[in-house]
Amino acid sequence: MAENQKQNYLTHPKGIMSWLLTLDHKRIGLMYLFGGIIFFFLGGVLALGMRLELAAPGNDFMSNETYNNVYTLHGAIMIFLFIIPAIPGALGNMLLPLMLGAKDVAFPRLNLASFYIYTLGALFVVYTIIAGGVDTGWTFYTPYSTTSTSNVIPMTMGIFIIGFSSILTGLNFIATIHKMRIPGLTWYKLPLFVWALYGTSLVQITATPVIAITMVLLILERLLGIGIFDPALGGDPVLYQHFFWFYSHPAVYIMILPAFGIISEIIPVHSRKKIWGYKFIAFSTLSIAFIGFLVWGHHMFTSGQSVFSQIVFSFITYFVGIPTGVKIFSWILTMYKGQVSFTPPMLYALSFLFLFTIGGLTGIFLGAVALDIHLHDTYFVVAHFHYVMQGGTIIAFLGGLHHWWPKTMGAMYNQTVASICCLGVFLGFNGTFFPQFLLGLRGMPRRYATYDPQYAELHNYSSFWSGILGLSIFIAIMNLLWSLRKSNKLDPGTNPWGAMTLEWTHTSSPPHPHNFEEEPVLEHGPYDYDKVIVEPTFKK
Amino acid sequence: MSHDNSSPDFLQHHFHDVDQQYETAKLGMWAFILTEVLTFGGLFVAYVVYRSWYPEMFVGANLLLDVNKGLLNTIVLITSSLTMVLAVWAIQQKKQKLSLFMLIATFLFAFMFLGIKYLEYSHKFEVGQLPGEYYSYMGPEIAHLNNPHIFFSIYFIMTGLHGLHVAIGMGLIAWLIYATAKGNLHSKYYTPMEMIGIFWHLVDLIWIYLFPLFYLI
Repeated sequence: MAENQKQNYLTHPKGIMSWLLTLDHKRIGLMYLFGGIIFFFLGGVLALGMRLELAAPGNDFMSNETYNNVYTLHGAIMIFLFIIPAIPGALGNMLLPLMLGAKDVAFPRLNLASFYIYTLGALFVVYTIIAGGVDTGWTFYTPYSTTSTSNVIPMTMGIFIIGFSSILTGLNFIATIHKMRIPGLTWYKLPLFVWALYGTSLVQITATPVIAITMVLLILERLLGIGIFDPALGGDPVLYQHFFWFYSHPAVYIMILPAFGIISEIIPVHSRKKIWGYKFIAFSTLSIAFIGFLVWGHHMFTSGQSVFSQIVFSFITYFVGIPTGVKIFSWILTMYKGQVSFTPPMLYALSFLFLFTIGGLTGIFLGAVALDIHLHDTYFVVAHFHYVMQGGTIIAFLGGLHHWWPKTMGAMYNQTVASICCLGVFLGFNGTFFPQFLLGLRGMPRRYATYDPQYAELHNYSSFWSGILGLSIFIAIMNLLWSLRKSNKLDPGTNPWGAMTLEWTHTSSPPHPHNFEEEPVLEHGPYDYDKVIVEPTFKK
Repeated sequence: MSHDNSSPDFLQHHFHDVDQQYETAKLGMWAFILTEVLTFGGLFVAYVVYRSWYPEMFVGANLLLDVNKGLLNTIVLITSSLTMVLAVWAIQQKKQKLSLFMLIATFLFAFMFLGIKYLEYSHKFEVGQLPGEYYSYMGPEIAHLNNPHIFFSIYFIMTGLHGLHVAIGMGLIAWLIYATAKGNLHSKYYTPMEMIGIFWHLVDLIWIYLFPLFYLI
């Protein structure tokens, strides 16, 4: 076919500078993906190091000090360098303009700048690692973070800088979603991934400035002893926790909302059925974004809050469950009587439903003040957090990668290997983290390099399965990369899942350098499987 | 907003028309203003928290600030906002030279603001009214007050961050002066001037809150 000679964004223009200075959102998305995967790998290695240390009681491989550094770096790298930027930065950048029928995001130069700001922040983090790490935990609680002799300043400086990248991406996406849609693409015809990115971006631009200023205050506290967080100078360390969680609670929605968006795309496409409750899903995204700002105090039930604030924060926390439940039920109802095909992306989406629901339900335990007093800072929190963040966000991210891989890279991975890896991730994940709920209930505190022998069996079990989990993710990524070999190119017209959003129906795989050869004309909604038939096409 | 809807050279390739480009820039700018408000918002919260903890100290310590210099700076900055608006108005009216003049005036007012701020700061450095651990002033008027260094920590952080914004604003206005003098900005395309104008008004507005909070009450 003559179409094979067509230009696509991967091969045109050529040369290293055309990548480093590109203003093309698709290339910037790929660069984010590259950076994100590197830090995902690094954070994963640190996690496996921790599990190795915890496989048996006693300090087998690491000193307590090393362990403190490892869990701090694991948390900070995974959250600030991978989870927060990965979905909006990589998949969001790649897909948002395509889904809107636009030629690019609203501010392409700002987009490139966000990537380099992210890189600069990442360099600070890498410097922190080389200089000997930081041992405060990723939350940097005062007063320890103002007195610790480890490298708190370069680390927090890195987070401060990455914050700007996050803000600029959010700002760019908001302007793009408002102003760059093609005519006829009204708000209720947007793919739900776009709604998810919109909610995420709103949280990014409203919460991130607060963490930025908090990091500045922390750095000034260390450098100048300003006394704001230092009780010896008349300050208040709990104020730091308020500032920190005012950002970092909404930040978990920065991490999970885009994952919801991915699931809302995968499920209708692979069930060949119109999404159930479109408006409910769209508005539950916005209500989660809003309620997320009112619940930060539930991280501080043991920090000496008044009973009144505890009750209020606990009460509001339960409101988060409503829009989240609305989403879960909508996805399940979408599959009902659909033609569900168990493709790798769909397997990830199904894993997500299962794992995220466990994560969400255990959140109810932690939101209750009386239970939280017992469970605070135990492995129960660690397990809950990982069920939501890894079982939720990272699983959805992997699902999204598998869903859009043929679109963005023009190649199809080995689907059998991908499905087996998904199973490995699912089993490995549950094997790793479910025992941690039990450990937490039995009182095992988080952030310890060693423990009493009574916890040994469950820790050992958790460590064993973490190896399966790590290996499965590694093979899944390798399987994706292996598909990029030269002999494996797809026909540019490929739409293997029969999806009907603009990025699938109106441009080639991989897309044209300017996204669309001519401006797309909207013919149907994003999930109109009841009205239009889009046949899956899959040719080499 | 009426624009020429052909394809002029200032229209970037990914926009349909000049209106879309202008509206997008404006939305992006207001979103950015929101982030600025929240950045300072965090510090205003710190101010409120510590003021409620140490009400007498705050009332006593603000007497150490120079109200006259603060007032003068308020007037200077409000005037600079006026000249900024006039610069945008002038370029809309095709009065290039007037616009250029107003931009230069804005720049000079901003410079004046930082100059006065420098005088205030250097006095504070001399007498040791400094943040946190560096605080050493022990004058009789505050001898009975607890933790006056907290007041000066917050004062220096907030006015310092504001001063940084003024300095960044000066850089942006300097660029506007250059672009206007070169003729890159004109009655058909003055979006950057309007956007930087919005930023400049925000800088002004923040000072309008800082002045009474630190100098007056």
